Amino acid sequence: MSSDAPLRTTPLNSVHRSLGAKMVDFGGWDMPVQYSGIIDEHNAVRNSVGLFDVSHMGEIEIHGAEAAKLADLVTTNHAAKLKIGQAHYSGLLYPHGGFVDDILVHKVADDRYFLCVNAGNQEKDFEHILAHNRFDAQVEFASERYAQLAIQGPRARATLQKLTPVDLAAIKYYWFTDGEVSGTPARIAHTGYTGEDGFEIYVPPAEAERLWNEVLAAGAEFGIKPCGLGARNTLRLEAKMALYGHEIDASISPLEADLGWIVKLDKGDFVGRDALVKQKEHGLTRALVGFEMCGRGIGRDGYEVYLDGAPAGWVTSGSPSPTLCKNIGLCYLPIGQAQIGKTIQIMVRNQPVDAITVETPFYKRAK
Amino acid sequence: MYPENYRYTKEHEWVLVEGDTGTIGITDHAQEELGDIVYVDLPKVGTAIEQGKSLGSVESVKAVSDVYCPVSGEVTEANATLADKPESLNSDPHGAAWLIKLKLSKPSEAESLMTAAEYEAYIGAEK
Repeated sequence: MSSDAPLRTTPLNSVHRSLGAKMVDFGGWDMPVQYSGIIDEHNAVRNSVGLFDVSHMGEIEIHGAEAAKLADLVTTNHAAKLKIGQAHYSGLLYPHGGFVDDILVHKVADDRYFLCVNAGNQEKDFEHILAHNRFDAQVEFASERYAQLAIQGPRARATLQKLTPVDLAAIKYYWFTDGEVSGTPARIAHTGYTGEDGFEIYVPPAEAERLWNEVLAAGAEFGIKPCGLGARNTLRLEAKMALYGHEIDASISPLEADLGWIVKLDKGDFVGRDALVKQKEHGLTRALVGFEMCGRGIGRDGYEVYLDGAPAGWVTSGSPSPTLCKNIGLCYLPIGQAQIGKTIQIMVRNQPVDAITVETPFYKRAK
Repeated sequence: MYPENYRYTKEHEWVLVEGDTGTIGITDHAQEELGDIVYVDLPKVGTAIEQGKSLGSVESVKAVSDVYCPVSGEVTEANATLADKPESLNSDPHGAAWLIKLKLSKPSEAESLMTAAEYEAYIGAEK
């Protein structure tokens, strides 16, 4: 982001600095990219537990008698079908079918939906939803009311359970409950962006620092590590979770991004539906595919992909995979050439390097 | 932290000049900024490199960065241990994890580079 505006900060900014985090400009936010090291933090989440400050994420609330109608008009998944206390992954689309953002939709009550949206998109998302509101519903920009902590890893539940009377084992995956963490009101969601078991808690910003420290103390016996955006990226990539600006953006539809499962064409009209129907009728032209590098090198975001000596696509995300000890990535390829097991070439700093397309996700946790 | 007998660049490389031989590496600050290093690409022996030109690259989990040659010369040795142990650049960037040795074509070039004290002040100001 090139801007003279001061970077935005979360309530935990000084905590990150005191922990010696390396800070980076992440879409205009001053965020920790790593503390002890990306690989170390990544492994903590896969093997035990890690704590992330994700307070930069935005929150938008939709309430009113027709909240469900508005939620269903602006999102691709079927919001009205959610039960109270249930959440799902969804998309906000432009009329042409490209992504405004990818979001989590939580149904708090019949007349209340709670959306967790990407930091860099939150104002745009809010304006987009407002512009489509022709219902008896109010849209509220609620980001200032929440800090968000993600506790992720096989020991996440044991860590967080020490701090809350809520029975975490009773919260099913992609469900949430409003309760207390360490005496503070908290929305406790069994969600995450790591491919590992875990929770995301939404808490008052004024309590964020105390809760951060209490979670670290509660997880100390498990070797909990504070984790930055670097590990968050390698973890989500192994689990093949999309990142806005990489796998998805305004020019990519959910069908192309292998996110057809969040598109419910039969639920009724929604913004972008007509474009997706057309795209289905005409056939898709490209597909998102996973790859592993065969040669030496890492196919990184934006690198060109070649097939038979000609440019054919591009890498959306690429990184060493600390769990698999391979270099992995995702790329767009012409749909007729997106089969698994195909050899492709990725231009790594002007040198073609062989890679092979593989099944995704790269990593799936044992249940 | 920063050896007194090395000279330093604004791009965070160091050079140790001994006679007409220059040993080149990246600084501790550079490895800190890069994080976990996974690949090091070095030039072949015999390659002539001009001061300020890329001599190769260092790649970490999160990014790949060019390494610029602090002085001009011809490569006489590339540190072969880095191919198998790139992570040694994180632990010993000023010692065992040197990158290349050069036969210097203009040994006086090093004199215009920063001293250890100047470099420490430079990275202090950068933060």
